[in-house]
Parts: sequence; structure tokens; C-alpha cells
Amino acid sequence: MSLLEIDNVTLRFGGVTAVNQVSFNVEEGEVFALVGPNGAGKSTLFNLISRIYNPAEGDIRFDGKSILDKAPHEIAPLGIARTFQNIELFEQATVMQNLLVGRHRHRKSNMWSELLFTPYVRTEERRHRAAIEKVIDFLDLQAYREKYIAGLPYGVRKVVEMGRALAIEPRLLLLDEPASGLSVEETQDVAFWVEDIKKQMGITVIMVEHDMHLVSSVSDRVLALADGKMLSLGKPHEVQNDPRVIEAYIGASDQNAEVSA
Amino acid sequence: MRTVFKTSYDADIDLFKHGAQRNWYILLLVAALLLPFVLSEFALGEMTNLLIWSIACMGLMLLVGQTGQPSLGHAAFLAVGCYANVLLQERLGLPFILSFPLAGLIAGVAGALIARPMTRLHGVYLAIGTLALAILTDDLIVLATPLTNGVMGLFAPDIQIFGYGFNRYGNPIRLYLLILAITVAVVLVYRNIQRSPLGRSFAAIRDSEISAQAMGVNVARTKAIAFGISAGITGLAGALIGHYAGIFNNETFNVILSIQLLLAVVIGGLGTIHGAFFGAAVVALLPQAIAISRDLLGKVMGGGTIAIPGLEAAVFGAILIAFILFEPQGIYGRWFKIRTFFELFPFYRRDMFRRQKSYLKTERMR
Repeated sequence: MSLLEIDNVTLRFGGVTAVNQVSFNVEEGEVFALVGPNGAGKSTLFNLISRIYNPAEGDIRFDGKSILDKAPHEIAPLGIARTFQNIELFEQATVMQNLLVGRHRHRKSNMWSELLFTPYVRTEERRHRAAIEKVIDFLDLQAYREKYIAGLPYGVRKVVEMGRALAIEPRLLLLDEPASGLSVEETQDVAFWVEDIKKQMGITVIMVEHDMHLVSSVSDRVLALADGKMLSLGKPHEVQNDPRVIEAYIGASDQNAEVSA
Repeated sequence: MRTVFKTSYDADIDLFKHGAQRNWYILLLVAALLLPFVLSEFALGEMTNLLIWSIACMGLMLLVGQTGQPSLGHAAFLAVGCYANVLLQERLGLPFILSFPLAGLIAGVAGALIARPMTRLHGVYLAIGTLALAILTDDLIVLATPLTNGVMGLFAPDIQIFGYGFNRYGNPIRLYLLILAITVAVVLVYRNIQRSPLGRSFAAIRDSEISAQAMGVNVARTKAIAFGISAGITGLAGALIGHYAGIFNNETFNVILSIQLLLAVVIGGLGTIHGAFFGAAVVALLPQAIAISRDLLGKVMGGGTIAIPGLEAAVFGAILIAFILFEPQGIYGRWFKIRTFFELFPFYRRDMFRRQKSYLKTERMR
């Protein structure tokens, strides 16, 4: 059984069909990339999995169970974490506090004990911080621990957002353009991290990314989308060389002209 | 600037950042405890008033500063707390020590219930919705005359705890100390919220609802909790206002009071406990300051007292506009800058706290 099954999902905004009968499975432990030109429906697919949008047709199953009866805040407790294309961090809070919000899923203390800050709450806080420590070490965020997000450079914010998603301790991680706006070295770091997230932490990754070099170096399978429809699904080099994908990216050439691979 | 070298997670979790900070606050508490021996009876009364305002401001600050939900209707919760406290004492014969926390609880439940429909609104719409609440309260008090005695108002009995009486005129020192103790308790609860998962989920909702949701924070429920705790603390302040004023009716809790409360938290500095106290000081002491300076001015000019209608509102308005223009982070923001200036002297730079504009926000899901 696949970890995530997207089963014939369609989503319409008025007359626009943003996602059109898309079906694919993501296996446990793989890195799955979504590519396609702008407006292809990649981020919309993420928003469907996050339950921000309701599909008009089809079903989304995680670990064999449909998630369509879940509210958006019930997705993280299942073990699905995500980042956002245009960083959505908590700006007026420190890096540490941002990462700790990621631990919200693991919160066991209730409101009343927190109002009184009982010893149990303190023990819990220590436990959360110890868990965060691993993420901080993994992503090399030690220097920024106490810094406010509002003052951090773009590249660091990207990393913090990835850290916050990892703090959830997910089974499935959705990365929405993890390398957009990053320098070459930073992109390389992201490639290493994705590799490690898969191998060391055993987390399944779905990634939306435009950087084809990054996609082909880390992903096991690639799905190309255009105008909400599936174009091509397979190994990175297969998808890259698919004539339909090239056409979607570069545009249709003359009717009779051959598409060179 | 002091650099704290943290050696354990407890350094992050503890109430105070470091020993020196703890000592300063202990000193502040001692000073507050010594005030009755220094101040005149009138000044002590004003200090008591300031503390009550501080509690109310902390209540609203939790909602506006911590959770990012503006409310122009908090006079309603002051009223609920005030009436509940007095009615519990008079109708059910409960002692203050029971009626006071119950009044807070009732105001809190009222807040949480009202939050459900209200928090579906955002930003300016939420402000308008809560403003309607404030206007309604005035009328509801009159409509419920059999219970509230309408425009005739109610008398608050003296506070009695284990045979000790607390009265503004009879034993002002006792009343001051009682209210100081309540204020300290509220500050501690506020700090506990700030350093626990609950406070972090409030901040998450304030900064980005959509990613709070993605982290597993139940936004509607958390907002209702924020509204509830905020209304509860405000209700406690309301109960104290009743006892402090002695008599109150629907006019006591009019819209102006709601607006003053919101002014206080904005002028004080959003999102900080300090801000609540600074704002309370401005709102609670300004009317007296205006009256005193008016009298002084009258003496200097030799024309007796000058009566200028609407002067208080005009001064309030001018102060608010000045703050929004020149110091959006309020008195606390200014104080923080001055402190940093001396801590870093002579290395402070003027642009150190210049706010960065962020152009990276996605469309909010509203």
C-alpha cells in the first residue's frame, strides 16, 4: 500500500479547472517531485493535501485512509508536514519559538496546567526543546536560535521553515519550492538535506521545484503537470525527455517540426 | 547589552531571563509594597485605579497583542464581570473570595461563546463586530433592569475577606495591597501563557493563521480560548472597578471605555506586559493630570478654572496620533530603545530598530 494515494482528484475554481483528474501514488521512503510551468496546479495539489481546498471529485488517502473528512488542523497530527512557497513563518517570534510551534502536534499539557505552569508543563517544555535540538543540529541553525524571524535573511528563513516542518516529526513532508530564491550553495545544501531527510530520518518527501538540476539529483520519481493535467510520470530523466513536457515548457513548435530531445 | 549564556533549557523556560532581571522585578515589587507609606491617600487611590486598569489592559493585551485579534468591545466584559460579582454577592450571598473568581469565570465563558461567531471575522470587520457588542451592552443592561437595576445602577458592597473590610475610603492601604496581589497573580498567569504552548499558538495565529493551521493548531478553538482568557481577566478588572467606584450603571460601561482600553494597549506597546502597564498609566492618570494642569493654568492666568469641553478626548486623540506616527511600538518600544541606548553606549545606532518592510507575504486565506 502506498503512503499517499491521490485518486482521480479534480478541483475547479469557477470555470477554471486547476487540477484535472490527477492520480498518482507516493510510496513510503521515496522523494517524489512535482514539476511544471507556473499555474500547472502543483501548489494547489499541496493545498488539497493540506485540506485548504476541497476537491470536487476524487479521493486523497494517507496510509490507506481518506483524509477528506479531516479539518486542516487535523492534517499535521496525522504526520503530514508542509512548507509554503512564499515563506509563512511567525515573524514576530524567534527561530526557537517557530520551531516549537512545530511541536504543537506533540503537546500533551492542557490549558489549565499551562496557566499555572505546573512542573509537568516544564518537563514537557524540556522534552520539546530536546527534540528541537536535533532539528537545529541537522539544519545548522545554532547561530539563529534566539533571532527574530523579521530580521533574518531570506535563505535562513527558508531553512527555518523546513526546520519547523521537521519539528512536526512527520511521515510525509511536503516541500513547496524549497530552493526558490536560494544561491547555488544554498541549493546544494537543500539537496543534501533532502537526501538525509529521506535516508536518515526515513521521511517521505514530496517536492515542488523548478530547479531541474535539484529535481533530477534528489528525486526518485517525477510527475510533470501542465494546466492541471498529468503530463508525464516516471524517473527524472524520462520525464525530462518526454516530448510533451518539453512542449509544455518551451511551447509547441511548428506542427511539423520534430521535437528534439 | 547583557548576553546570557544559557547552559540549560530551563534558562529559556524560567520566568526571568537572568538573575539581575529577577532582582529588578523584586525591587519593583518592594517599591510597590512601600508605596502606601509614601503616598497621600489621594495618590494611593489613583495608584489603585492604575492597577485595576493594568489588569483590564492585560486582559485586552492578551487578545490584541498576543493573538492579534482587535476588540473594541471589551467594556462588555468589564460589565459582565462587574455585574456578575455584585449580583453573586447580593442575590446569592456569596463572599467576595468566591464571587470574584466566579465573576472572572462567567466573563470568560461569555467571551469564549461570543468568540465563536466573532472570530470568523478578521481585522477591521472584527473590530466593527466587537464595537457592536460594546454598544449592545449598554442597552442590554437597561433591558435587564430587574436584574441590573438599569439606569438607576447598583451599589457595590464593601469587599469582605475573612472579616477584614476593604474600602477605598475606609482602609485604602488594604484595598491597594489586595489589588496589588491580584495584579501580580494576573501577571504571573500572563507570563505562564507566554512561555507555554498555548502562548505560542496565540502568536502563531497572530502572525500567520494558515501556517498555524498547518502546524496542527485548531485556529477557531484557540481564538475562542484567547477570547475567553482575555474576557476572564477583563471581567476580574470589571469586578474591581465596581468595588472601586462603589456605584455603577449602564453609563459606566459605555463605548468610550472600550475605545480607551484599546488606546491604552496601543499607546503602551502591543504584545508586552510592560505595554499594558504603561498604557494603563496613561489612561488612568491622564484625566487627573489634565484636571490638575487645568487648575494650575487657571491660577497662572488668574481666571479661575477654565472649562474646555471635550479637552480630555482631544488630548487622548492627539497622544494616539502622535504614537501611531512616531512610535508605533508604543511607550514600551520607546523605553526599550532608550534602555538599549544606555546599555550599548556609545555604540547605539539610530536605525537599529528600524522596522523592515516585508514583501514576502502570500495572500492570506481570508
